[in-house]
Amino acid sequence: MRYSGFKVIKEGLFGNKGWKPAWRDPAPKAEYDAIIIGGGGHGLSTAYYLARNHGLTNIAVLEKGYLGSGNIGRNTTIVRANYFLQGNSEFYSHSMKLWEGLESELNYNVMHSQRGLINLFHSDGQRDAFARRGNMMVNQGDDAILLDREGVREHLPYLDFEQTRFPIYGGLLHPRGGTARHDAVAWGYARGADRRGVDLIQNCEVTGIDIENGRVTGVQTTRGAIRAKKVGMVVAGRSSQVAAMAGMRLPIESHILQAFVTEGLKPVIDHVISFGMGHFYISQSDKGGLVFGGDLDFYASYASRGNLPMVEHVMEAGMTLMPMIGRAKVLRSWGGIMDMSPDGSPIIDKTHIDGLFVDCGWNYGGFKAVPASGWCMAHLMATGESHPVAARFKLNRFETGHILDEEGTGSQHNLH
Amino acid sequence: MRLTCPLCGPRDRREFYYYGSDDYLNRPAEGDGPQAWDAYLHLRDNPAGITHDLWYHDMGCSSWLRVTRNTVTHEIHAVDAVAAPAKGGAK
Repeated sequence: MRYSGFKVIKEGLFGNKGWKPAWRDPAPKAEYDAIIIGGGGHGLSTAYYLARNHGLTNIAVLEKGYLGSGNIGRNTTIVRANYFLQGNSEFYSHSMKLWEGLESELNYNVMHSQRGLINLFHSDGQRDAFARRGNMMVNQGDDAILLDREGVREHLPYLDFEQTRFPIYGGLLHPRGGTARHDAVAWGYARGADRRGVDLIQNCEVTGIDIENGRVTGVQTTRGAIRAKKVGMVVAGRSSQVAAMAGMRLPIESHILQAFVTEGLKPVIDHVISFGMGHFYISQSDKGGLVFGGDLDFYASYASRGNLPMVEHVMEAGMTLMPMIGRAKVLRSWGGIMDMSPDGSPIIDKTHIDGLFVDCGWNYGGFKAVPASGWCMAHLMATGESHPVAARFKLNRFETGHILDEEGTGSQHNLH
Repeated sequence: MRLTCPLCGPRDRREFYYYGSDDYLNRPAEGDGPQAWDAYLHLRDNPAGITHDLWYHDMGCSSWLRVTRNTVTHEIHAVDAVAAPAKGGAK
């Protein structure tokens, strides 16, 4: 199914009866060249790039629920490349370039909107840190503009500049940052992978990983055993459970991150804004809802729902920053399960088992990484070598001391 | 969520600081290699279900607590003081 303006008009005139499912619903085969566990954003993009970049098409994505039913189906949709550390910055820079060509690549409207991201700062020290970060972004080849207070006021006149507790000193503007339509990203990759011959198998939960003599030989699933010489685990918050099937313990703790959406409003917030002192970030969706969130609930959880103290904290932070949103009614909130790593950076690596690969540890920044994560995971699974822009996302970096602690908060999983 | 502190009784979750899994109680011995320290600091079972983790009663009695709870339902099963060896706390 290809989409075009002509097709939309034609179908509109003839009762929309000509639309077909965007991807097949195949039964699992007995054997594939490679299996990807997890049909979320990262799993689907891995499958897509395995087929596109490496010509591997006899592959399957196994999803225990429906495609895109995890964090790709609910997130705050921010796309940015504003990382400081080498190891992170080239990866997210690569991801941003893939985002910028994604719609024509997939022939799918992912509503990528480079509306600009502004990270506010509230002290001299924070300004210095942001200036330094901006320089690193520019050195990486991305864009960053340091705004003073008046510069921020030009973009965001509605902020409470007069607050005494956290006065706004300025902000770091990342013009290429923005948002995208999260579901469409999953659907676009799913359709693209399906068209290249990838089997997307839903309602198929992996219940075991078969290993013989230190080599992976396949997986056991609720729809029978499937053989494969290469298996990729791309399951975000459930990484620890899937890795445990292979006898592995990962450096991951799963935490809840809450987010909120208000009723639809007329356009009022043009950018993505983050408050540097109160763990709060906000943008406005194309439907008009204000989409915002804060920090983790801070304790390990798989409950997919949060606790009230963080709700209160996020609302307080929002009201401190922009009191104008106080009259908007919150329509819904949710809690996503985040695979928190001990340094806040992800893992895309081989394991000690031949043919078994892992892509996890996305903390709460996985959405923007979807294209590059798939690109690099596909490269790793096809060639056996790390892609150059993901070369530092090693599984054993905590043991060897090569950590990528972007925020400098230490090895506690919930502090990133 | 409320935790019942053995000294202070049932208290609001906001009085407590979450530190992480009770793996932190099993500190490697002197002379143990990097693998032991890696496992101690970073590797986690991360169970979806019953877990044991360490909380600090920051705005209360300053006790370190070992909490047994369910990560799927947020149910609290037991809260024990780490400093009470009879209850299975620190060695």
